[in-house]
Amino acid sequence: MSVEAGRTPGQTHRTAYDEATHARLGADAATIIARYPQERSALLPMLHLVQSEDGYVSPRGIAFCASTLGLTTAEVSAVATFYTQYKRHPNGEYTVGVCINTLCAVMGGDAIWEHLSDHLGVGHDETTDDGAITLERVECNAACDYAPVVMVNWEFFDNQTPESAAALTDALRAGEQVAPTRGAASVCSFKQMSRVLAGFDDGRADEGVGAGGPTVAGTVLARDKGWQAPAFPVDGDSSAESAPVGGSHQPKVGAEQSSAERPATTAADSSPAAQQKKQASDEAKES
Amino acid sequence: MATTLAPVLSAHWDADRSWALETYEANGGYRGLRRALSMQAADVVTMVKDSGLRGRGGAGFPTGMKWGFLPAPDGGPRYLVVNADESEPGTCKDIPLMMASPQHLIEGVIITSYAIGCHHAFIYVRGEVLHVYRRLLRAVEEARAAGYVGSDILGSGYDLEITVHAGAGAYICGEETALLDSLEGLRGQPRLKPPFPAVAGLYARPTVVNNVESIASVPGIVVGGADWFKQMGTERSTGHGLFSLSGHVTNPGQYEAPLGITLRELLEMAGGMRGGRALKFWTPGGSSTPIFTAEHLDVPLDYESVGAAGSMLGTRALQIFDETTSVVRAVTRWTEFYKHESCGKCTPCREGTFWLAQVLQRLERGQGTPADIDLLLDLCDNILGRAFCALGDGATSPITSAVQYFREEFEAGCHTPADALFPPQASALFDYTPRRSAALVGVHA
Repeated sequence: MSVEAGRTPGQTHRTAYDEATHARLGADAATIIARYPQERSALLPMLHLVQSEDGYVSPRGIAFCASTLGLTTAEVSAVATFYTQYKRHPNGEYTVGVCINTLCAVMGGDAIWEHLSDHLGVGHDETTDDGAITLERVECNAACDYAPVVMVNWEFFDNQTPESAAALTDALRAGEQVAPTRGAASVCSFKQMSRVLAGFDDGRADEGVGAGGPTVAGTVLARDKGWQAPAFPVDGDSSAESAPVGGSHQPKVGAEQSSAERPATTAADSSPAAQQKKQASDEAKES
Repeated sequence: MATTLAPVLSAHWDADRSWALETYEANGGYRGLRRALSMQAADVVTMVKDSGLRGRGGAGFPTGMKWGFLPAPDGGPRYLVVNADESEPGTCKDIPLMMASPQHLIEGVIITSYAIGCHHAFIYVRGEVLHVYRRLLRAVEEARAAGYVGSDILGSGYDLEITVHAGAGAYICGEETALLDSLEGLRGQPRLKPPFPAVAGLYARPTVVNNVESIASVPGIVVGGADWFKQMGTERSTGHGLFSLSGHVTNPGQYEAPLGITLRELLEMAGGMRGGRALKFWTPGGSSTPIFTAEHLDVPLDYESVGAAGSMLGTRALQIFDETTSVVRAVTRWTEFYKHESCGKCTPCREGTFWLAQVLQRLERGQGTPADIDLLLDLCDNILGRAFCALGDGATSPITSAVQYFREEFEAGCHTPADALFPPQASALFDYTPRRSAALVGVHA
């Protein structure tokens, strides 16, 4: 838990940023602080910002957060040590996380972990000698339908095998660009990722797919089978039943303009009974 | 008549550039906001109350009622905080929703904020999903450019700012008060309740905390009306929900269906069990909900029926395990997760999860003692109901339920390693030769 955890013997930390860096980080911090009603809320994004500069939560980064937000370094460290994404020693260019929670582990995540750990010669939260990869055992990352999952700088690499994961790390160590299954067109560096997590958009949201196969499994199946959610009642209809529409411009039945607002179909068309009947007849057509 | 799927949120996830505002609007997006802005805010709350929508984040608390708990306006700020910290093992619905269709959430946020009188809403998304965070930032930007966010929204005079906030890796921040502490820049530890967030939440102001899917369901309710929503689901578990199938099933994925559908029906839609093997056990709503077995295939997946059968609907995270899987291995791993994620605030959870993991690890290695099963149950008894928040309770669910259904497998842990009884390579999706025994594999830093 101490600040020194993971520090190699004899290693020293720089204690402050040079003037230009300090000014730049200060401007970024001001942007972050402006997003929140109270400035302390800026602490988590600011720790991401520190990682985008130093590649980990450095002592000088802690001091910077503390002085900017009027906290003690102990208060900042208390927060930094609580969250697993904040690294206490310099991180590799890429964090490679193998999901070892139950579902992924059973589907092959344990085998991927064993293979990668042997292949890279490092264990959990350890970095390869070339500084390219920090290997991690990660918990469930909300992609269970793509198990087993590997994350690289928190981009999804779905449906992995020991061989595909090893090839992925080989490519990363060779300095090649790798593309996640669902994510940006290529994986950015740990520092670049940290800057995005601090809330500074890198303009890459439009890259990549909207969804993978499993995400749309139900969407596609429903379309093939002609299954739909009940149709929305036509306008006017639902506003009449769930009514009180503010403003006086809404015509009333029998009043001026009411015919213009007349629904194209009647309530009966969208009643549960009518829906059921339609569904039944749709199904009859299917079979 | 068999239940069929009912895609509402997921209807256009496979559209080209599904995440773009343009695509969302082309498929009927932002009609709900226009309608809501023409209504009194209180009527929007009433509409959602009448729809019967219950929290989709696991607890199932009625959403409209939660909104209704806010005290009368006192002139100070009120907040909406969206819980997008999806990290319950097995749960994988909100992340794909925000990846494929973030505008569903943004429209829901705007309508909900209008309904509860909030002018600054927050979306707290876990930090471990970089591209989802990008998509959310972009979605807010697009909505702002279109006049849906900012000041005087669509000429209504209503103002709203939305801040998308990235967490930094902590399961506990999915607990709503821990999330609020985290959003305030503190360690994410749960708060004592009361006061509930509705009274003193973010910055000690009245706050609504809702799950992503709950909020994303609001635009549809506003467009279709409460009765439209109630056409789906059961009397007390209304509407549509995302059912996430994962594990040993032929076609894992997201299946949006009316609540009350059964696993048997869902499995059929998903092509059945992988390789035709037999279903052994499954979770109805993530790892914190007691496991079910093949005898529960026909339990309607609604809040009441799942509860009556001894579990919880939770997040509808259906993790499916076939006959090749060791239940001891599965439960041990889940327990290591709770141990890792326990925030350390309360003793039963902090100490108890460490004890549980140690006992389970020796059972998995085949080195348990005959007293270990009773010890496990006794430990669970000392955690359940005595922990500060639901994390501790959740940690006991897989253990007590697994012992209930598969006691003999735990007994075998007194003499035979789990990987001897259930070779792990039989459960994996690919062929491989294990290098180490389970005795080493399961140990988490």
